[in-house]
Order: sequence, then structure tokens, then C-alpha cells
Amino acid sequence: MEIEKKVGQQSIRFVKPIVITSSASVVGSTEGAGPLADTFDWIVEDLLFGEQSWEKAECKMLRESAKLALRKVNLQEKDIDYFLAGDLLNQIISANYAARGIAIPFFGLFGACSTFVEAMLVASILIDGGFARRVLLASSSHHNTAERQYRFPTEQGVQRPPSAQWTVTGSGALLLEESGNGPRVTMGTVGKVIDMGMTDANDMGSAMAPAAADTLVNHFQDTGTNPGSYDLILTGDLGAVGKAALIKLLQQRGYRVGENYHDCGMLIYDLEKQDVHSGGSGCGCAAVVFSGHILRQLWEKKYRKILFLATGALMSPTSAQQGETIPGIAHAVVVEFN
Amino acid sequence: MTQSQGQGNLQQQKMQQELQQEYKQLVKNVKPRPPVLKNTILAFLVGGAICLIGQLILWFLKKEGLGDKEAAAATAAIMIFLGALLTGLGIYDVIGKYGGAGSMVPITGFANSIVAPAMEFKREGFVFGVGARLFTVAGPVLVYGFLVSTVVGLIYYLIR
Repeated sequence: MEIEKKVGQQSIRFVKPIVITSSASVVGSTEGAGPLADTFDWIVEDLLFGEQSWEKAECKMLRESAKLALRKVNLQEKDIDYFLAGDLLNQIISANYAARGIAIPFFGLFGACSTFVEAMLVASILIDGGFARRVLLASSSHHNTAERQYRFPTEQGVQRPPSAQWTVTGSGALLLEESGNGPRVTMGTVGKVIDMGMTDANDMGSAMAPAAADTLVNHFQDTGTNPGSYDLILTGDLGAVGKAALIKLLQQRGYRVGENYHDCGMLIYDLEKQDVHSGGSGCGCAAVVFSGHILRQLWEKKYRKILFLATGALMSPTSAQQGETIPGIAHAVVVEFN
Repeated sequence: MTQSQGQGNLQQQKMQQELQQEYKQLVKNVKPRPPVLKNTILAFLVGGAICLIGQLILWFLKKEGLGDKEAAAATAAIMIFLGALLTGLGIYDVIGKYGGAGSMVPITGFANSIVAPAMEFKREGFVFGVGARLFTVAGPVLVYGFLVSTVVGLIYYLIR
């Protein structure tokens, strides 16, 4: 049987229009004090969000962002075919427990910080494959839940090196439909897991940059595009260190990315004034920057065609303690609005 | 597996290793170095200030009539209390951010490393939360502290 929608080694070209018809973002106070503050729907000053624990707060953020995305277009849960969500915590509890309160058939996803684009890809495939008309997706992270799972208790007095990143507190949600008005997901590239032997958990950017380079190069080759084909190439959370590493890796492979390359982790905070070291990270980072700032720029026609790439570091505290290296993954989608 | 396949795999592994080495070098070039001099000076000042406070308390207690041993014990207790209090108030992690080793090494840092998990894991209950996780950070220090002191004690006993 002919496979008509797959392009080259790793890429997909969607045939049906996959339209982003609604979006929502909920963030914490640090993100709300950053340069993108006015692009978020809801800034929660209380890191506990009125709950008893950080985990419950993150779960509530994810649930509220998903519900808000539906409310904005006056749709009910019964109008949606699938809900896709993921987060960073063990057994993706934020997503699973949020889905408990959302009556839509559910797929839980884990791709670490690449989850948001992974969800966009899966949602687009579901719609293009004729399995769904409308798919709701969301991903979240919370600084304090990530800290206590991956690093230290929050009140521990530790010094972080300059390459460390700050996990974003927030959740972003999108609604994808087979028709309507809005930016469209037109292509995608599914990443491979790449491990270049990095072990420093305080430097996720360098661990993920090789995966980003691999996905980008494959995307350019598969689709016959190059960095200049896009108004914006956007990575999820490589941070300052990972971004610098990616630019060098791409140079080695003969691709120049310049002014049109940005990283969500560096956009969400003021790296000079906010104490976040190398920039933001987490499933929520790419999610809230895309749901807020980037979609707005697309609607304002500042960008017409963007390549959005989210990277994930696929380690766990256990694998790190056992001396394992940090594998990375990167998924990409092309979003266009004409 | 045939011999040539085995050799092919070996070659692939070698290439992969070389690529990884090359990448490590690349990362080394783009990664900002921690400001060692600034960190050292801050650690000296913060650590020194904590020790100075301890010394002042010790002198005060001695002046008020406590013996050497009692004054030292009381000073340690007061410093631990201060470390715990500042952790509870959410101040010690800020001091730690700037002080680094200077705030981690003194006894107040030890108090911080016990109170921080106690606060963090209270939500998992008093048995499996606080009880089980209280020494997640301080545990290794205690275990190897006890081990080394036992070994040193034994050696001292044997050569005395």
C-alpha cells in the first residue's frame, strides 16, 4: 500500500487542514513577571493555586488550561473526540489526574519537555487519519514539583551553576480541528532518541541539542526546506547553553540559523533580571510560550510560517543515580497562517 | 554474529565514542563557567559571618558563666535552631544561593538539609513523608560520618 502522507525518513505532510482554533495558558508568578506576561490568559500568583500540594496545583493548572481552551470557543467536553496530555512527573500524574475531571477519551503522553509538540503531532495524525474531528491537548510543568522530583527539596539552600535551567510553572492547551479559522499544522517530523553521552543534570540544554540538530537536519532533508524557508524556527527549552550548542551543531552539518531562531526558554524570562540562569525548561515552557506569544504573533501576521520544535531530556532520577547518560528527543511541527 | 559484523559493530561503537568526545568539546566551549572567584569570596564572607555569629554566642554564654563544654553545646543548639528557623521562614535557601559552600558547611547548613525535606515531604504524611525522607540529604553525611568516626576510634584504640 502506498503511504501518501509520509515524506522522506521521518516527516509527515498533512493532507487535511489541521486548524488551531483555540488555545489557553495558565502560568505562575515568575512567568507572570517575565516579558511575555500579557500573552498569558491566567497568571496565578499563589504557587499552590489554592491546593494542598505542588502536585495538586500543577494538576489544577493543566485542567484549567484545557477547560479554558474549550470555553473560549463555546465547546463542551462531549464535542471533543480525544484529550491528549502529559507532564514531567512520575506516571504523568498531573495529566492523568486532570483527565479524571475531563470527560473526553484520553491518551497520556510522555516525551519529557517535548510532550507539547508530541501531542500536536499525535493530534494532527488523529485528525488527518480520519479518527477525530476535534482534539484537545495540554502539557504542564511546575517548578516545585520538578525540583522535588529531580533535584532537592525547595527550601534546601543550594547553589545552581549558570548552565542550570528554571522549570516553568504553567500549562498550555490547544484545540485542533479539521476545519475553522486559524493557524494550521501542515507538516511534522518525528524525532529519534539521540544520546551523546552527556551526564550533567544541571545542563539539559547540551543533552538535548544533538536530538534537536538531528530532527532539524532530517526535517530539512525530508521536506526539501532549509532554515531560510521559515520566518521563525522555535525550540522549546534548550536555554542559552543548548541554543549555542545547537547553532554550532547545525553549522557542522552545513545549515546556518540566524536571526530567525529563538528558544521558548529564553523568551519566557528576562535572563538579565530574573534569576533563572540559562532560561526556562519543562513541558510547560514550550506550551505556554506557543499558546500565548507565538499564536498571537501568527494572528498578527508577524510570522506566516514557523518551524516549532520541542526537545525532551528522557532521564529519570533513578537512571541518573545509576550513572546512565541523558538521552534526548526532539519533535517538530510546521505551523502556517496565510 | 559473523566476524565481519562484529568488526562493523566495533567500528560503529568507536565512531560513536569519537562523536561523543567531539560533542563534549563543543559543549565545553559554549558552556559558561561558574564564577569561581565570586563564589569563593561570597562563600568566605557568608561562612565567616555564620561562624562569627557562633563565636559571639559562645563568648556571650561563657561570659554568663557556662563552662567550656556546656557553652559549646548550647552554641551548637542555638545555631541549629537559627538554621532551622531561617529555613522555615524561607530565608535560608536565599542565603544558600549566594553563600554556596559557605552556608552549607557550617552546622546551620546541616539544620537546613534536615528541615527542608521535613517541610517538603510533610504532604506525604508523617511516616512515609517526614519520617522516611527526613534524612534524604543529611543521611549520607550521617552514615559516612558515623563510619569514619568508628574506624578512627578503632585505630585510636589499637595504637594507643
